[in-house]
Amino acid sequence: MSGEALRMEGVRKTYRVGDEEIVALDSVDLVVGSDEIVALVGPSGSGKTTLCSIAGGLLTPTAGAVVVGGEDISRYGPKQLTRFRRETVGFVFQTVNLVPFLTARENLLVVDEVGRRTGAKARSRADQLLNELGLADRSKNLPLQLSGGQKQRVAIGRALMNEPSLVLFDEPTSALDTALGDQVVRLIREEMKSRGTAAIFVTHDDRITHYADRVARILDGRIVDGQIEAAAAG
Amino acid sequence: MRLALRELHRRPGRFVVATAILTLIAILLMVLGGLLDGLTAGSTGAFRAQRASLIVYSATAQDSLVRSRITPATRRTVERSAGGKVGGLGSIQLGARIPGRGPRDLVPVILFGFELPPKGLPSSPPGGRDVWADTSLRVRGVRIGTVVRLGPARTPVTVAGFVSDTRFSGQGTLWGSLATWRSVLAVNRPAEQAGAGVVQALVVEGATQRPAAIDAATGGATRTLTIGGAIAALPGLSQQQSVFNQIIGITVAIGVIVVALFFALITVERTPLYGVLKALGAGSRSLFEGVLVQAVAVTAAASAIAVAASLALAAAIPAGSIPFVATPQRLLTSTVYLLIAAVVGCVFSLRRILRIDPASAIGGEQ
Repeated sequence: MSGEALRMEGVRKTYRVGDEEIVALDSVDLVVGSDEIVALVGPSGSGKTTLCSIAGGLLTPTAGAVVVGGEDISRYGPKQLTRFRRETVGFVFQTVNLVPFLTARENLLVVDEVGRRTGAKARSRADQLLNELGLADRSKNLPLQLSGGQKQRVAIGRALMNEPSLVLFDEPTSALDTALGDQVVRLIREEMKSRGTAAIFVTHDDRITHYADRVARILDGRIVDGQIEAAAAG
Repeated sequence: MRLALRELHRRPGRFVVATAILTLIAILLMVLGGLLDGLTAGSTGAFRAQRASLIVYSATAQDSLVRSRITPATRRTVERSAGGKVGGLGSIQLGARIPGRGPRDLVPVILFGFELPPKGLPSSPPGGRDVWADTSLRVRGVRIGTVVRLGPARTPVTVAGFVSDTRFSGQGTLWGSLATWRSVLAVNRPAEQAGAGVVQALVVEGATQRPAAIDAATGGATRTLTIGGAIAALPGLSQQQSVFNQIIGITVAIGVIVVALFFALITVERTPLYGVLKALGAGSRSLFEGVLVQAVAVTAAASAIAVAASLALAAAIPAGSIPFVATPQRLLTSTVYLLIAAVVGCVFSLRRILRIDPASAIGGEQ
């Protein structure tokens, strides 16, 4: 481990639509410390989701270097990225996206099932995470039987199952009311800090950015503020 | 894969429609196969029951037992050249009058005269005018001791026992000595009567020579076939099998389409879920395996129901009414066809699964 959870240098991402080249990210430099929480803020279409996707190995950059947990993924192919996502990063999606026919515990164990199964070790970790997230008594409940906040906590547990170097949160409060959103982001901060895990949360909600150690603002595919590594706010 | 099984277990309602349609297809497939087997069995039993490996017709018979005549001289040549045991075989198709049925209610039967006993018959032909009857004639009222009157001459023969699975040309059979056959033939079809020692065909048990060698030894007076070859040459049989097999093929193709459509729809519906699972590190292969497992499980359930329905149908149909048999081989073959159809049908979902972009889980590419 380099002491950095994420290093992006000169990252550029373009798409071709017909004859036109669309620049989604341009010359992005971003460093996230190993236990740092960064809020990535920007308007719709600014490139924050693209940045998050590249950091999480969902997309490959057109140019530039991306190093996550000391692993340079810039030139990885689809299979390597699949392995990387399984082992190195965690995701919490905007709409939570739990598997509807699995219990809370099984939703955590999905991470083990899609990879090399560790069996008892994974079950033990799932139980531990559910306990720490205050969901021990909900472990056998299906997502339908959980509240919005409980679903978010299950999703956080799922993201932490593979002991990631970096967890990416995509608009974690967009579907929640203010009070619950605040509660969820506080929980994210507590969980990340207690584990020393780095996190980026993508948001356009300025009310929750104060939970981050640092705010990186993105506009038209460029980071306009906060791209330099900051001291962790603690 | 466990994920797919859990979905089947926890959301069985999602698969009810596909299972119901596949069950109907499986039943259709097994019923068609059972009818084909029943028709084939009813057309070929007398030949399949032979212990012999070869059957010798006269060269001009065009592979037809009815048209064939083997003279004693030809028989001696065959006995010298074929090796093994040689026995004569004769047949005649007649209407039979059975006690308890109306005077015009004739039951079509084929009387066989034999020397070498087919499977299930006593080691030597029954004496006098005794015959053994195929078990399918029981439903017509034939019992041991029944005197059956054959043909326009109403020649009496007495049933001394029963033998199973010897139907021929879709008719029940009676099995007696060559002498019985000759006498029945002589009085009912005088124009076709066979002279002393003349038979319609010879069967050869334990032949040491090939058919061509036997025909060469008789100077081309005979045409020798294996029993399988003789069955294949039965008129209409191959056409019948061809038509049924085409219908079975179309039914399997419909099975492929049903599985393909159903799982293609399910895959479209699951695109967001698959996107999330891919984002979490699931490979396309493991997602496809899940679809495959579900398709195979649904098809296996449909096949199991269809097997039970086929066995129930076979048990419910009175013997000798509808030519339907539910053999383990046919039921197994139909199940295998359907499972292959399920796998092939699933392949249509593979391309869609491969194209699912994990980035879609996190709000698209922009």
